[in-house]
Amino acid sequence: MKFGIVTFPGSNCDYDAYRAVVDGLGEQAAFLWHKDHDLKQSDVIILPGGFSYGDYLRAGAIARFSPVMQDVIAFANRGGPVLAICNGFQIACEAGLLPGALLRNASLKFVCELVRLRVETSDTLFTNRYDKGATLRIPIAHGDGRYTADEETIDRLEGEGRVVFRYLAGPADTDEWWSPNGSTRAIAGIVNEGGNVLGMMPHPERAVDPLLGSSDGLALFESVLARVSV
Amino acid sequence: MTRYRIAVHITPRRGILDPQGKAVADALHTLGFTALREVHVGRYIVLELDAADQSSAEQSAREMCERLLANPVTEDFEVAMVEAA
Repeated sequence: MKFGIVTFPGSNCDYDAYRAVVDGLGEQAAFLWHKDHDLKQSDVIILPGGFSYGDYLRAGAIARFSPVMQDVIAFANRGGPVLAICNGFQIACEAGLLPGALLRNASLKFVCELVRLRVETSDTLFTNRYDKGATLRIPIAHGDGRYTADEETIDRLEGEGRVVFRYLAGPADTDEWWSPNGSTRAIAGIVNEGGNVLGMMPHPERAVDPLLGSSDGLALFESVLARVSV
Repeated sequence: MTRYRIAVHITPRRGILDPQGKAVADALHTLGFTALREVHVGRYIVLELDAADQSSAEQSAREMCERLLANPVTEDFEVAMVEAA
């Protein structure tokens, strides 16, 4: 399977994603340049973390109009799997691939730490290798991660089982929600209506080896591998 | 064609938590501006463009706001000024 990883000016997790796919998963990966209209026959697209276009105007607002994104949007609309991480999540929201928006953290501080996430559904392309309710340790690193949408949209996401990950409070023995960025109902990740686009603020590609502090992110990539036929 | 200078204000939508506005309000309270009730921090963008007349200049500024300058999910915009540059 081939993962296409988009490099925008200001992307900084594209190499992490590459390493996660090639070394962690043992599959192929290719970088896709933001100015090209070429997805290089990728089976899965990753929109990586970073600060595309310097976060000018709003995080993801400019990247959304880059040439490669027109192809990524068409790919997603055909049902192609898209994994949008951190800045990628912001771009996917701006592009209308996912509902809502990511606003400045409520604390106004950049948060960079290993957090606990709960898998809210294992019935997705991206989480079928996890147990529903499982707790993962995955790092976050962002300044604009406060997921926001109107009540109706949030209720709909919940009702359709499209809230995929939620942040949990620190101590390992609690099951309480906790939002490190003020996101609505502690939402950390959602999928689109078709289930083929996942947006999440935490970085699974930075948690694919015990040496990195956690390997809980690897099963996300394995889930995609298990489900997508090449 | 005439050149117009257009100012647009973009503000966080009321009802959506605006931590930046709140932090500024807290600082102003600390400075003794006790009558202050609320602060909303947004963006002020100046556009210069060529258009046939004032209303088409304003119309294209609105379209720019709708398509890029403001996020329709979380922000409101207002065309505050249109004048011949």
